[in-house]
Formats: sequence, C-alpha cells, structure tokens
Amino acid sequence: MNAFLYANAWLIITVVKVALLLFIVLTVNAYLTWFERKVVAHIQSRWGPHRVGPHGLLQPMADGLKFLFKEDPTPAGVDRFVYFLAPLLALALALTSIAIIPFGPDPLPWKILGQTIYLGILPPNVNIGILALFAITALGVYGVALAGWSSNSKYPLLGGLRSSAQMISYELALTLSVVGVLLIAGSFNLTEIINDQTSRYGILGWNIFPQFLGFICFFIAAVAETNRVPFDLPEAESELVAGFHTEYASFKFAMFFIAEYTSMITVSCLCAILFFGGWLSPFPATWTWTYYLPTVLLLPAGLWVIWDGLRYETIFGKVILPGIGAVMCILAIALVIFPGVNNFIQAPFWLLSKIFVFLFVYVWMRGTLPRLRYDQLMAFGWKMLLPVSIANVVVTSFAILRWGAIK
Amino acid sequence: MIPTNYYIVLSAILFGLGVLAFIFKRNIISIFMSIELMLNAVNLAFVAFSQAMHKLDGQVFVLFVIVVAAAEAAVGLAIIILTARNRQSLNVERVDLLKL
Amino acid sequence: MTAPLIIFFVLAALAVGGALSLIFQKHPIHSALSLIVVMVALAGLYLLLGAEFVAAVQIIVYGGAIMVLFVFVIMLLNAGIEEHTNFSKLAGFPGLLLAFALTGFIAATIARSTDTVQAASQPGNMASTRDLSTMIFKDFVYPFELTSFLILVAVLGAIVLAQREKA
Repeated sequence: MNAFLYANAWLIITVVKVALLLFIVLTVNAYLTWFERKVVAHIQSRWGPHRVGPHGLLQPMADGLKFLFKEDPTPAGVDRFVYFLAPLLALALALTSIAIIPFGPDPLPWKILGQTIYLGILPPNVNIGILALFAITALGVYGVALAGWSSNSKYPLLGGLRSSAQMISYELALTLSVVGVLLIAGSFNLTEIINDQTSRYGILGWNIFPQFLGFICFFIAAVAETNRVPFDLPEAESELVAGFHTEYASFKFAMFFIAEYTSMITVSCLCAILFFGGWLSPFPATWTWTYYLPTVLLLPAGLWVIWDGLRYETIFGKVILPGIGAVMCILAIALVIFPGVNNFIQAPFWLLSKIFVFLFVYVWMRGTLPRLRYDQLMAFGWKMLLPVSIANVVVTSFAILRWGAIK
Repeated sequence: MIPTNYYIVLSAILFGLGVLAFIFKRNIISIFMSIELMLNAVNLAFVAFSQAMHKLDGQVFVLFVIVVAAAEAAVGLAIIILTARNRQSLNVERVDLLKL
Repeated sequence: MTAPLIIFFVLAALAVGGALSLIFQKHPIHSALSLIVVMVALAGLYLLLGAEFVAAVQIIVYGGAIMVLFVFVIMLLNAGIEEHTNFSKLAGFPGLLLAFALTGFIAATIARSTDTVQAASQPGNMASTRDLSTMIFKDFVYPFELTSFLILVAVLGAIVLAQREKA
C-alpha cells in the first residue's frame, strides 16, 4: 500500500490538489454572490440579504439548495445533446483555467509522499502558462453560443449571437494588451512574469506603471469576455429576458452562474499577476515591519467578529460568529509567534488581497455603470480598444529596443 | 518515443476523410469545414516532420497555414453569407446558375 | 506500451472519430462541433510532439476564432439539416473509393519515403518558443509581412462582400 502511494505520489497529490482547489473555488463562488449582493445593495442604499443567518451569511447555502431542488424542465424542440453539453462546457472550461494560476512562489515547507508541493496545480516551470489560459478562454465562447443556439428560442439565439460576436471582438484586444507585459518579462510563464516585477522599491517595479494603457485595455476586454456589466449584453434582461440562459433552469442554470463567477476570479488573478506584481509586496523588502500586516489586519477583524456575534440573539450568531472570530485571532497570534509561517503566508496574502480588490471593482462597476448599447459595444471594441492595444504593443517594443527591458 | 510514421499515417487518414467529406457533404458550410480538416491534417504532417528533422521550419509553416486559413475563413464565410442571402439556400446543388 | 503511445492512440482515435462524425452528422452545427474535437485532439498531438506554441495557437486561432466564426455563421443563417438528392447520394460511392485510394496512396508513399527521416530523427528536447520567434522574424520575415498584407486584403474583401447593397 505504502509502495503504491509512493509510486503514484505525483498523481495522487495532483488529484487531491484539484479536489481541494475545486472545493475552495466553489465556496468562494458561493460567497462571491453574497458579497456582490451585499455591496450592490449598499451602493443602492439597501441592506441586501440579512435574513438567513447573521448578515445573510447562510444565503449562499439556501440559494444552492434552491438550485438543486428546483424543477428542471427541458423545453420542447431543443437539440438535446448540445443543450446538455453547453453548460458543462462553460463550467469545465471556467474551472480549468483556474488550474493554471500559481498562488505562491515557495513550496510547502514539508514534503508529502516525497514530493515538493507548490501552491497551484501546475508545477511552476510550465512554459506556456498564459498561452494555455488564453486557449481555454478562447474556447469559452462555445458554452454561451451553443446554449443560445440549442435552446430553440429567439431570445437565447439573439443572446448567443451577440455573445459570440462580442467575445471574438474583445478577445483580440485582450490578447494584444498582454503582449506588452510579455515583451517586458520575455516569458509566457506566469511565475517568471511575477518574478520579473521584483524591484528594490516594491510597488515601483510592477508592470502597471510601464503598462498602464495595457492594463486599461486588458481589464475592459476581460470584463467584456466574462460578460459582466457594463458588457452584459448577451444576458441583457430588459431586452432579451435572460439572454443565452433563458431556457435553462435549476442546476444547469447554476452551472452557467458558477462559470461566470469563476471566470471573474480568473480575470482578477490575471490582473493581479500580470500588472500588479502577483504575490509581491507593494513595500520595499527592507521594510520588515510590513511582514506583520496580515496579523495587524486579522486581529481587529477577529475581535470585531466576536463582538458582532455576541450582539446576535440567534444561537448561530452567538456561537458561530465568535468561534470564527476566535479562530482568526488565534491565527493572528500564531503568525506573530512562528515567523516561518508568517514568511510563508506573505506571498499568498498579497496575491489574495489583490484578487479581492479586483473582485470588488467588478461588483462596484456592476453597481454603478449602465449597460452599453450593442453598436456602441462593437464600435468601442474595434475602433477604440483594438487600435489602442496595438499602439501599446508598438510603443512598448520600440521602448524595449531603445532602452532595453525596463529593469 | 512515438515513430514519426504514426503521425504521418494519421495525417493521411485525416486528409482522406477531409476529401471524403468534401465530396459527400452538400451543405456549403460543411464543405468549407472539410477544407479546414484537410488543412489541419497537413499541419499535423508539418509538425511531425519538424520534430523528426529537429528543424523549426515545419512549425513556422504551420503558423503561416493557420494565418492563411483564418483569412480564407473570413472571405469564404462572407461569400457564403452572400450566397445564402441571394439563393435562400445553403445547398450547393441549388447554386448552379452563374447569374440570377 | 508506454504512456506517450497510449496518449497518442487516444488522441488519434478522437481525431479520426471527430472527422468521421463530421461526415456523418446531418446538422452543420454538429459537424462544426466534431471539427472542434478534431482540432483540440490535434493540439494535444502537437503538445505530444513538443510544439507547445503551435498547440496553443491551434486552439486560440482555430478553435477560438475560425470555428467560432463558422458557428456564428451557422447560427446567423439558421442553417437546417442537410438535404441530399439522389444524385448526390450517388456521388458518395465513387467519392468513397477515391478517398480511400488517395489515403492509401499518400500513406504508402510517405511511409516508404520516411525511412530516411526515421533514421535521421533523434530524441531530444525541442527548441523553444524563443527560437521559433527568432526564425519567424529573421529567416521568414518577408513571408510574414506578406501574410499581414494577405490578412488586410481578406478583411477588406470580407467587408465588401458581406455589406448590404445600399438601396
């Protein structure tokens, strides 16, 4: 048994990693919906979900259960194979793209089954990281287009047509806007792209400064690729009911939903990695006091959760919230006591904070921006975004020719 | 190590299936797709030879073929849309008049 | 049987199955999906051959752009199930024979003439994407520039063709 474990260690560890990442991503997805509803509600002077559990924290579970137990009718006249394939494709591709993201530079400090364990599914020396990501995103159009076509209904068809046109148009700008970063880093490997942004001055080494234009193009194109506000024309509810997923119900609808939120997470990861230094700290490495930032943030948050939970009248609030708060406080104190753990936690801490900021920007945009008209969307993509990103590539390559890579 | 011959034979089979589809299909879009299949088969042979000879020329050619295929798809699909608009049909057998 | 060989046969079966399905599916969208399967399988084969950049480009351009265009046009024109007249069914039989003959001929010729290639080939690591780009932008720079011109012409042609005539 032991020999078998050691012989297939790599395979077993990869499977466990995939399962773990899947669990984390799905949970984060669920709480992303809660976060989105809360933030949008506060932007619109409402409370958002607050009935199910303290602060509505159990709302995602209630929603999930509802998704599972709703009736799942298949409309008449659909192309059954494609109709079932579309949500599967959307979900599978969205989840696969997360597998390429590296979440930290250092392997775990101990070996399991004789293997060094890195954070992230792929080993850090995969050379085509970002290309593979683009390949997976490129296939993502099919989920939406096929769902629209196979539903045999006019609104989904219009939504599917819109989305395939939109996604092809913005994919060009998306890919071209990254070329500047690739030129500076000289690599497709995400880990190398991050390491290339290291500098003595912390934040000043990040790609956002030389590639500001590239970042703007990338973010706009990425939002359009994920079909989010203000580019959510494929599912514009005031015109197309719900667009491409009008005829989907229950768990098949949930699959599209999860796919959309997962691609939001992927795009946030990419923004952080390509332009904002990934897991690098914004402070110079010599400022050692910044190493205690996770503790400083975690401790008050934990204390606040305990205090907030004790005010609740329900058992759940009184018991669970202080429990979570206590765990957070203990973690914060543990980080101070064990400097090794603290050092290890730095990189994932910064990466996750940056991802969180971008997720917030996504939700913020949804709360504030109106939807574009279809012709405006196309004109913007082709006449504005594409020329600007091509100009960015040209300027960057001339700058690199003239002065060499910026470091 | 997989023998290069395997790739070449696979490429030939795919090319043959592409030819078959080209002859057998009646929908103009499907016919166009079988041309893409033949191009893909040739690409496979290019990459296989490139690996066997340890020269990158084959891969460069594949990139060029892909570019040409993209250009071809853009023009070809425009022609298909035009034909479909004029004849109300995608069947190639209906497209038998030079002038409407 | 080694692991790469198994992967090769799985991918080859996928590719051939997809190509067969392209022929036998009646609806153009199903044919397009089969072709996408072939292309993804070929991308896998390119990875197996160590041509990772070509594999990525294959999926990005073929799978993500060209085939999406096909699907888009099929959706736009609302293409229905393919019709076959008696005459076109007749054309299938000589077509089948011809295709078999062609495949056999190509396979035999190439397989016979690749003995020298086989002898010359040695296992080893493939050159990287960097070498590929050096090659394109140094040795093949004129053909490369020519393709950009080709694309320009294609874009213009597509716009002119698909434009509705002004009343």
